Amino acid sequence: MRFTEKIKEYKWEQIQEDIYRKTAADVEHALCKREVNLEDFKALISPAAEPYLEQMAQKSHQLTLQRFGKTIQMYAPLYLSNECQNICTYCGFSLDVKIERKTLNEQEILDEIKVLKSYGYDHVLIVTGEANKTVGMDYFKRMIPLIKSHFSHIAMEVQPLDQEDYQTLIQLGVNTVLVYQETYNENNYKKHHPKGKKSNFNYRLDTHDRLGSAGIHKMGVGVLIGLEDWRTDSFFAAAHLDFLEKKYWKTNYSVSFPRLRPCAGGVELKSVMTDKQLVQLICAYRIFNQEVELSMSTRESEQFRNHVIKLGITSISADSKTDPGGYSNPKVNLEQFEIHDKRTTSQFAKAIINQGYEPVFKGWDKSLQQ
Amino acid sequence: MKLKIADKEFNSRLFTGTGKFKSSKEMEEALLASGSELVTMALKRVNVDDKEDDILSHLNHQQFNWLPNTSGVRNAKEAVFAAQLAREALETNWIKLEIHPDPKYLMPDPIETLKAAEELVKEGFIVLPYIHADPVLCKRLEEVGTHAVMPLGSPIGSNKGLRTDDFLKIIVEQSNVPVVVDAGIGAPSHAAYAMELGADAVLVNTAIAVSENPVAMAKAFKMAVEAGRMAYEAKLGQESAKAEASSPLTSFLNED
Repeated sequence: MRFTEKIKEYKWEQIQEDIYRKTAADVEHALCKREVNLEDFKALISPAAEPYLEQMAQKSHQLTLQRFGKTIQMYAPLYLSNECQNICTYCGFSLDVKIERKTLNEQEILDEIKVLKSYGYDHVLIVTGEANKTVGMDYFKRMIPLIKSHFSHIAMEVQPLDQEDYQTLIQLGVNTVLVYQETYNENNYKKHHPKGKKSNFNYRLDTHDRLGSAGIHKMGVGVLIGLEDWRTDSFFAAAHLDFLEKKYWKTNYSVSFPRLRPCAGGVELKSVMTDKQLVQLICAYRIFNQEVELSMSTRESEQFRNHVIKLGITSISADSKTDPGGYSNPKVNLEQFEIHDKRTTSQFAKAIINQGYEPVFKGWDKSLQQ
Repeated sequence: MKLKIADKEFNSRLFTGTGKFKSSKEMEEALLASGSELVTMALKRVNVDDKEDDILSHLNHQQFNWLPNTSGVRNAKEAVFAAQLAREALETNWIKLEIHPDPKYLMPDPIETLKAAEELVKEGFIVLPYIHADPVLCKRLEEVGTHAVMPLGSPIGSNKGLRTDDFLKIIVEQSNVPVVVDAGIGAPSHAAYAMELGADAVLVNTAIAVSENPVAMAKAFKMAVEAGRMAYEAKLGQESAKAEASSPLTSFLNED
């Protein structure tokens, strides 16, 4: 069975009702248990869990410490292109947004790499829009080997691809692929993705099964928080993670928490998540799954990121530029989203050390994936 | 008697890991305090091309022998490649062979481990394989020439102690190579118990690294390992459920 089949077992309205009906007793039960299941996860993300935030944070902190130790993995995004044939209502790269389009060539990529290496990065996340003619497999086949020779770990956040393409990318040295469903609510998904290949809900939903079948080392799931009721959407992401983990048992997993801010690109948000609720969600994931990587970008504020290090996050970026060419040419302004934490990498690394953690720049070795 | 693995003698029976510390400096201080003479490091964390690598430069002490490990590999082929790379870069033919295709519980793969061990021994490595507490697998590894076996006490990083003690006892009884209990040792009492059972050494990482005071915890483990070994050598008394004052079945033999 693939997740496109499995998801039929979950009815959106029923799940939503379950979550909002959870009681304090359900939350306490989930907090006492050793093996936390999806039913408990519903309780942990429910409004009933809000008074238990400190207890959830304590538990999440302990569980994360035991598994990951006093370390935080550092990574940097590397935007290669902002060309995109999709319309996504919330995105700065959307086809209908009037910005200058740019795809980096070999030399421009090398210039970016030079800056990232000078900051100390060894894990890089390649990001592009979806423009299959200019930024498709031919482009990746040329550029990945170039990038690979400079970094220990390569992750990609690009358009969903076919299984054979993933096999090719893995052979070229890609370790991780992140694909977020944006929202698991099919009707709402179609509203926010009216045009382009991305409008195909099921092709995107099936991506992780294709990745798993291709034998990817790590994959990431997540929702774009705000497009839907975040609690219900997050339940679907957790169910997706749970399904994948049991089926593709040799793969590592990652979850990310991109949160839309009110007024982002003029899109109307279904729910606005508060800082408290984001902490609740992070802790709920950790209590539900002790091994999953929980990742955070520079969308969040300095203050929030300083504190969240202790709460369950294990992988974090800093000093990010979300426009192609932004590291070596910081004047251009083609950002995908606004950066809130603008500290330099060394400033942020110091903040991590001040929290009693070690910022880890190298947490993988290219020799380990043959 | 001192512990000997391959041609190396060890004064300390506490082996240690280098992961999960808040800084390389804290790691260095804790490992020095532990008295450990064999420290394992993950190839994925060290920069083998960099002579000034932060982790390695803090492990540059007479006290420490280096035991690179293959953590992160998923099969024999990857393990052999990683071991070769480690040997070349770190100038040691010692390797802690760990192959866990399952990233969730990090359970070692017995089939791939045996395959890789055989190959690495042929290539002249001193192989210490991390495995389940499987007595048959231990004998098979011994047969292909590994220099020790490293059965787990419970899942790695779990701090659960010796959940496999019935099997560890069989392994200790049968083994002709040193038995190092690896993984799951969460408290000094667990380490002492392993040593009392007759394990030749234990490997501890998470319990020291994640503690509030790693230096103090390292010392506590040092003492526990020494105490457990001393008790083992002094021959522990047998456990008994009740006192044995009288001999109801054989006392008639003493009757005149």
